[in-house]
Amino acid sequence: MLAHAIFFYTFSFIAIISAIMLTVSKNTVHSVFFLILDFISISCLFIMIGAEFIGMMMLIVYVGAVAVLFLFVVMMLNVTQQENQWFISTKSSTHLPVGLLISLVIFFELIVVIGGWKFKPDLVTSMSLSINQNITNTHSLGNVIYTDYIHIFQLSGMILLVAMIGAIVLTFRQRSGVKRQSYFKQISREKSEGVKLVDVERNKGVNLDD
Amino acid sequence: MFEYFNIVLLEIYKILFLLVPVLVSVAMIVWLDRRIWAFVQKRRGPNVVGPFGLLQSLADALKYIFKEIIIPASSNKIIFILAPIVTMTLALIAWAVIPFSETHVLANINVGILYLFAVSSLGVYGIIMGGWASNSKYPFLGAIRSAAQMVSYEVSIGIIIINVLLCVGSLNLNDIVLAQKKIWFIIPLFPMFVIFFISALAETNRPPFDLPEAEAELVAGYQTEYSGMMYAMFWLGEYANILLMCAMGSILFLGGWLPPVEIFPFNLIPGALWLIFKILLLFILFALVKAIVPRYRYDQLMKLGWKIFLPFSLIWVVITASYLFYFNLLPTI
Repeated sequence: MLAHAIFFYTFSFIAIISAIMLTVSKNTVHSVFFLILDFISISCLFIMIGAEFIGMMMLIVYVGAVAVLFLFVVMMLNVTQQENQWFISTKSSTHLPVGLLISLVIFFELIVVIGGWKFKPDLVTSMSLSINQNITNTHSLGNVIYTDYIHIFQLSGMILLVAMIGAIVLTFRQRSGVKRQSYFKQISREKSEGVKLVDVERNKGVNLDD
Repeated sequence: MFEYFNIVLLEIYKILFLLVPVLVSVAMIVWLDRRIWAFVQKRRGPNVVGPFGLLQSLADALKYIFKEIIIPASSNKIIFILAPIVTMTLALIAWAVIPFSETHVLANINVGILYLFAVSSLGVYGIIMGGWASNSKYPFLGAIRSAAQMVSYEVSIGIIIINVLLCVGSLNLNDIVLAQKKIWFIIPLFPMFVIFFISALAETNRPPFDLPEAEAELVAGYQTEYSGMMYAMFWLGEYANILLMCAMGSILFLGGWLPPVEIFPFNLIPGALWLIFKILLLFILFALVKAIVPRYRYDQLMKLGWKIFLPFSLIWVVITASYLFYFNLLPTI
């Protein structure tokens, strides 16, 4: 149990510190790197409670794909230094009241969740499913997702599809004057239609048609 | 307390027993790569240091160690130093789950293939960090190219893995190997093997997909500003990644540590040797491709990844699933 505790406190310490550094660090790219560190330590925590599938999915989806694109955008926009941070500058920021409101809401939600877990332990047992210890958690997740919750699963898939199509539609623009490469056209070119012999008149030149 | 100490020592011993051979074989594989490349082009290749030039990589490593490490003045120093470390570490930690036989595996975890996939998808960070922190044009362009390329080809690798998993019914690497006892997956899933091989080339930035370090356009891409030992670490990480991709290919499609047929002379050879033999075979293919094929253009690369490989592997998932379902071959728990 000692080793377990050591690992747990190490990972949660790293997670909390990197979450704080994420908001505090001046350089936006550093913030994204702290976000990635946060994701990694959270997925380690997931693995420690035995939810290995979710931990790995977190690594693959959030760290491997989402954060890469995030980093991409931040680097491309080149917002390296953030001036006027509310905790440094003397000017009052308009973000402060909204941020405080959101953090208050999250704080109360946390109190409700932890309170429910602390003072009413049967709540957790009645809400969670009975888990078969003999099968891996990938199997047990699959058993639940594709049977009892298939409609919700499909619905979330549809939402993702709509978001994807929306993103494509928003960024799609038809540009004129772009020459597209057609492999079929290139391969099916013959000598007879590709090359033609022209008698050039003196001082006239050749008229090339495209 | 001593109990833990013993466990830690034992694990460290096991890790060293795995890592030292991997690092040595990385050095050897660089030599092999250059030799094959040379033979295809009718050159001699490195043949001076040691017998057949076998010690060439060690000589190179020695040279890199004694070279000065230059950190550009305008670079972001911490990330600049972290980048090669990240690349190297990620290339090495993935070896923890590779099974060399039914029992010889450092961590026999239930989600082994997902772990491999996750670690190989994290590999892009070393390159992005290096490219960005160098604070120079060529490395940054190389890093951006590489990020887009690796993210694109990961998608098709993921779907290819789904194909294999449909036939196995488990994410454990040992189960994947054992499921190929009757027939290696390269035979029923041959098109997937071809796509996996090409995607692995793109994922490890090997020619013909070495656009992140296309020397004619980008000097050396994300490695431009690196020198000395840090460059060597990038280089080691890259080759360790290539070996890892070969190992992944041989586990997914070539039956891992299984002998080709379970008859007398073959089943005497230990499984680890079979796995190494298969990794070498795939690596020789990698090296041959490097020597033979010219570099792709960037838009062709993206077109290949998104418009050809992704739809094709998705269709193949449907075909595999329907075949298994129709003939009632779906694996049970």
